Amino acid sequence: MNQVKAGTWVEIEKTLLTPDQRAPQVPEDTRHTPYIMKVAGFLTADALYGETVTVKTMSGRLISGTLNVIRPHYTHSFGDTVEELLNIGLGGEL
Amino acid sequence: MSKDNSYQAVMARKNEIMKSSMGLDYEVYRQGELAFDYERMMNDCGFTLEDIIKIQTQTKVGNTPMFELHNLTRAVRKISAPGKGARIFVKDEAANASGSFKARRASISAYVAEKKGYKGLIAATSGNYGAAVASQAAQRGLRCIIVQEVFDSKGIGQPEIVEKGRKCEAFGAEVIKLSVGPELFYYLLLTLEETGYFNASLYTPFGIKGVETLGHELTMQIRSMTGRDPDAVMITHAGGGNLTGTARGLLAAGCQARVIACSVDLSGLHMASDRDFNRKSFTTGHTGFGVPFATWPDRTDVPRNAARSLRYMDDYILVNQGEVFYVTELLAKLEGMERGPAGNTSLTGAVALARELDQDKIIVVQETEYTGAGKHHNSQLSFARKMGIEVRRGNPEEGVNGRSVVIPEHLSQVVGRHQDMEKLRISYLKNAAKQLEPAKWSDLDRKFVAADVKKDLNWLDQALKQI
Repeated sequence: MNQVKAGTWVEIEKTLLTPDQRAPQVPEDTRHTPYIMKVAGFLTADALYGETVTVKTMSGRLISGTLNVIRPHYTHSFGDTVEELLNIGLGGEL
Repeated sequence: MSKDNSYQAVMARKNEIMKSSMGLDYEVYRQGELAFDYERMMNDCGFTLEDIIKIQTQTKVGNTPMFELHNLTRAVRKISAPGKGARIFVKDEAANASGSFKARRASISAYVAEKKGYKGLIAATSGNYGAAVASQAAQRGLRCIIVQEVFDSKGIGQPEIVEKGRKCEAFGAEVIKLSVGPELFYYLLLTLEETGYFNASLYTPFGIKGVETLGHELTMQIRSMTGRDPDAVMITHAGGGNLTGTARGLLAAGCQARVIACSVDLSGLHMASDRDFNRKSFTTGHTGFGVPFATWPDRTDVPRNAARSLRYMDDYILVNQGEVFYVTELLAKLEGMERGPAGNTSLTGAVALARELDQDKIIVVQETEYTGAGKHHNSQLSFARKMGIEVRRGNPEEGVNGRSVVIPEHLSQVVGRHQDMEKLRISYLKNAAKQLEPAKWSDLDRKFVAADVKKDLNWLDQALKQI
């Protein structure tokens, strides 16, 4: 696997609380899952995907976690066409 | 020696962390077990309405347009009884720098943080508030960290929240993306402690004072456009800050309009449930926040919440997801305005209420929010379908939260449901009684509780017999 260069914009993942460390009030389905955080930042040293690394975040903090995504980007969209919306407002209302 | 950062240990350090992260000592306002001097707390921050307008003008907040929705009003009149169908106006809060009214709420915290020499701001929020804090921080040269609940245990992000996280990053903020759970607050405390940044909590006096300009501004605009005051102001209600700040601003302007809360009904869904998280199409403005915060405001990240909605609320209307999506689409098709669905919650409530009021009455919908990829009714519905939710046209009352979204076939099916205000007030009293049994309440506690539900002592005595 290729090495990821220091300075690359990456996303890391870190387990903040294991299931047994979670808040007492969480509901049953959530209780069985770990409490996870993700944050993006600049990689501080060359590393491989999946390694434990440190990033420098936009606020200048140094945070360690598993190298999860290289150059994270957004893919959210307007979604597939929802035909049920299309004829709203075309007739009858006025 | 390194600090104990377990959940329990960090939560136990809550008060000291809060005090140093805001420079605000809540103890001085304490008057009893329940009572505190709310007005003194609000006034002590030292800003007049004029000061706040000046501060907000510096950072592109406020002075947003007010529009009369002629076509929507005409459509409502068509389905109303003769003589009914109030005029509907909307205040286009999407025109604030960050795209929502939350810019008002963040503006004073950012100003205070800068003045007091803090290096940055932190806020825990899944919503428009994050973008607002990031936008205000950017303008004041402050660093910004937003702590956000984004994805479920399968790593799937709610599209609206993903978009709001993107917007925070667009303003240069560090965004901490978390899985589902109330431990958001735990991480907030840890980060405040580590960085020494200012806690831009939604619920400080700064946050609420910032919204007072909204109530004041809308009154002035309606007076100038119509020569009179609005009869009702419809406010999307979640944590209570939008309602509290707006209502206080109305009072400052001498406006006696009825203050009406509106939330999306998400009953049946648990807000901290990993499963339910991605089976709701609204991430704010819903009953999962609206009801618990109205009936017990002091459940937040500050010792005493400055957002106390039952103090100001005259009525509370619930709408369902399908109704809001329908009205959001109508706003685009009839009025040529494409805005985010969560912000259109109160517009949906206004459509329902307009049918009950005479044609000469005026209802003001006091906010809109920006829309875009992820934060759009089409993307929410498309996502819901992918999560196995049935989406169809029909009678919206047939919708079952977490299973189906039923979009009205006709405007006449947008009806809303008035909540029993008395029941909400009694629920507040029950929560207060859990803190201290009513027999032990001092006179100050009793006065405080009565004022907190907009009632007098006679009402309180009668009501306490019921709990």
